[in-house]
Amino acid sequence: MGILFSFAVVVAIVLLVFAGVSGAGLNYLFAVIIPYIALLIFIVGMVYRVVNWGRSAVPFKVPTTGGQQTSLPWIAANKLDNPSTSYGVIGRMLLEVLLFRSLFRNTKAELHSGSRLIYGSEKLLWLAALAFHYCFLVILIRHLRFFVVPVPAPIEFLEFMDSFFQVGAPLVYITNFLIIIALLYLLYRRIGMPQIKYISLPSDYFPLFLILAIAISGILMRYFDKVDVVGVKQIAMGLVSFRPTIPDGIGVIFYIHFALVCTLFAYFPFSKLVHMGGVFLSPTRNLANNNRMIRHVNPWDYPIKSRSYEDYENEFRDKMKKAGIPVEKE
Amino acid sequence: MATKGKPPKPEELSKISYTPPSKGWMDTPVEFKPGMYCHGTRAKYLEAVGMPFPRDWSASEADWKLPDNWKEIVLQGIKERLQKFRTFHVFMDICVRCGACADKCHFFLGGGDPKNMPVLRAELLRSVYRKYFTTSGKILGKAAGARELTEDVLKELWYYYFQCTECRRCSLFCPYGIDQAEITIIGRELLNLLGLNIDWIMGPVANSYRTGNHLGLEPHTIKANIDFMIDDIETITGIKVDTTYNRKGAEILFIGPSGDLFGVPGNYVTMGELMLFHEIGLDYTWSTMACEGGNFGFFTSMEVAKKLYYKIYSEAKRLGVKWILGGECGHQWRLMNQFADTWWGPPDFLEEPVSPITGTKFENAKGSKIVHITEFTADLIKHGKLKFDKSRNDHLKITFHDSCNTARAMGIFEEPRYIINSVCNHFYEMPESTIREKTFCCGSGSGLNAGENIELRMRGGFPRANAVKYVRDTFGVNMLANICAIDRAALPTLMDYWNPGMDVCGVHELVGNALVMKGEIERTLDLRTEPLPGKGGTE
Repeated sequence: MGILFSFAVVVAIVLLVFAGVSGAGLNYLFAVIIPYIALLIFIVGMVYRVVNWGRSAVPFKVPTTGGQQTSLPWIAANKLDNPSTSYGVIGRMLLEVLLFRSLFRNTKAELHSGSRLIYGSEKLLWLAALAFHYCFLVILIRHLRFFVVPVPAPIEFLEFMDSFFQVGAPLVYITNFLIIIALLYLLYRRIGMPQIKYISLPSDYFPLFLILAIAISGILMRYFDKVDVVGVKQIAMGLVSFRPTIPDGIGVIFYIHFALVCTLFAYFPFSKLVHMGGVFLSPTRNLANNNRMIRHVNPWDYPIKSRSYEDYENEFRDKMKKAGIPVEKE
Repeated sequence: MATKGKPPKPEELSKISYTPPSKGWMDTPVEFKPGMYCHGTRAKYLEAVGMPFPRDWSASEADWKLPDNWKEIVLQGIKERLQKFRTFHVFMDICVRCGACADKCHFFLGGGDPKNMPVLRAELLRSVYRKYFTTSGKILGKAAGARELTEDVLKELWYYYFQCTECRRCSLFCPYGIDQAEITIIGRELLNLLGLNIDWIMGPVANSYRTGNHLGLEPHTIKANIDFMIDDIETITGIKVDTTYNRKGAEILFIGPSGDLFGVPGNYVTMGELMLFHEIGLDYTWSTMACEGGNFGFFTSMEVAKKLYYKIYSEAKRLGVKWILGGECGHQWRLMNQFADTWWGPPDFLEEPVSPITGTKFENAKGSKIVHITEFTADLIKHGKLKFDKSRNDHLKITFHDSCNTARAMGIFEEPRYIINSVCNHFYEMPESTIREKTFCCGSGSGLNAGENIELRMRGGFPRANAVKYVRDTFGVNMLANICAIDRAALPTLMDYWNPGMDVCGVHELVGNALVMKGEIERTLDLRTEPLPGKGGTE
């Protein structure tokens, strides 16, 4: 159900843009108004989400420890999986954000002959996730060439690297195809693996279909249904300089691609995609395991009355005296 | 109090399918299966600590006698906690349902119930959160993974949030560190707003408030129990060890789990500790009030947890000790490592802990002033302060079970292993995916070691038992060592069920066996007063 629903929504967006541009001539709406709105929603939404999380208190320091603690000097501590200093925490976060360290631990449990649990290594999810995120990042950065004149050297270099195995023109980017493979694998997990299918919501399929559609429309317009790149750059430059222009003769495929991207941006703050910001705020990862060294203060701590020793002794004094246990009041 | 259910035979229980049903989880109402849940708490226990809506009720009956405004209370409770706990707030929002946690939970691995996949256990509450606290959930409803909070949903939360032992294994594998333990803790707080705790947690909480320990041991009983141990130690070693209670001016206050003061095999741990402290001439005392480092309040609500931990520093202050030494207990160390100082600190009336024997400064405990006993003992051994006859443990082939809390909320891995290797000749590790930070729960943690949920416990302990079976069959392991009182209470039952013949012990029992004491008689008995094979005892 969720699969069809999400797929249908993406198809509907594509059809809507197609009709809007080629039928009703709503080029300005799709190339100017919606992009501005989407970007605004993205920025305001993400800032709101992160600020909102940030406003929630961190009453206790509860890192999940993934290695030996720092204790006696002759015992080697695992400074990254169980950091006790801020540097360690930064290291742990870098590993987490840049290399998906926790996902790298992934195992797959199987029950053999009804009696033996075996834990195999399961790195495909890690690999696909890493491939997808890095491809997305590279593609995003590559697209900056549309928004700046002249194109900065780092972007040119990235393009060069990304098309390293290229023969002929136009440049074929490795990431374009890797991202599709990664997305298809992630989609396969949700459709082909019963457990993952069971936990998946429409909001899990939707971003996959949406980003797939973005990638496919991008590839189509680059290699097959080629659009006027100069015109596209004019639109992009117009948007960043707040003097929007719409040159004629840009294929509808561009508008579809662009509208899908806008959908992604606008959808982002309302979805699970906010994990992009949330991962930095996860208290089980971004805190040091040094509570016994440095006191953590609970900002909303309030006084609690508990049983006093006096109360305790009053109840048990006779028994204590009889047993020869010292008491405060004889 | 708890009627012991009889679980199906192991051969039956290990027929587990991990394939979920075709019907979606939101459309599958909760089914209360006997043996899989605990008795609801009795009113008197809630009254003992002043908790709301005390009443006698039963989970198996349709009417849970909820207050009229229960829904409002829960929703208000969620709202407050979103602001008070960033963990909860972030974890409600950022899960992408990648499923990495799914097959990491011992309850899922041992039972196959898809709602025991941590991701789904969280979704049970997340779906409610979405419905009432997110724009998309309010507008799109089920399409956004949102659902109404109904009585059935509340019951489902209760059923599954008392099928989680807060072991944090899922959190280790989650790419964002989403910790179901945190979500379970909040979920249980919400349930406790309606008086919906379980008897097995609330009874110990009430006991702990009154007597200072879960078992309800009164001061003279504590002394009597330790006296028995001292007599046994004299029988075994010929040495009469001495100890003190509530002694002002002692250098160190020792606080262990009360489970080690009562019943086997925990009492052997205490015996080992008494022998060790005697041998090194440690200036320490017990507090009959702060005689429990464990805290079932932590399985109830943060407030109750804090309430029950008042005694720790207040007794240290009253007795005028310099620092605190904590015993072998799992969740005690979750709290002593991550909560004690925040709750009742700073303990500026104490001194930075220094071992009086070796002079080692325990830098890692300089703030909270609480040292773990395996840190203390490992340091003694490293400095050559103890003499051991390892051969006294030669009849044992040992493996070590890392407890969830000491593993994933502390990271104390090398200290106990160093001690075991110093006092035993035969030590074997379980498979890599089942130890250290990846360790599996005993299946009975977080207050779930009752009798009526025995099937749940045997299922939850299945992955642990399975790894123990592996080292038993491969290396002939016959002793499962650990540093947790709940392990010592729960693992014997688990082993009897899955791996009959496997014994369970604490690390300091092994220390006591091997420790060569000044002036001792030739040992023919181990701490269990059983003949030591090959030591002149009658075998």
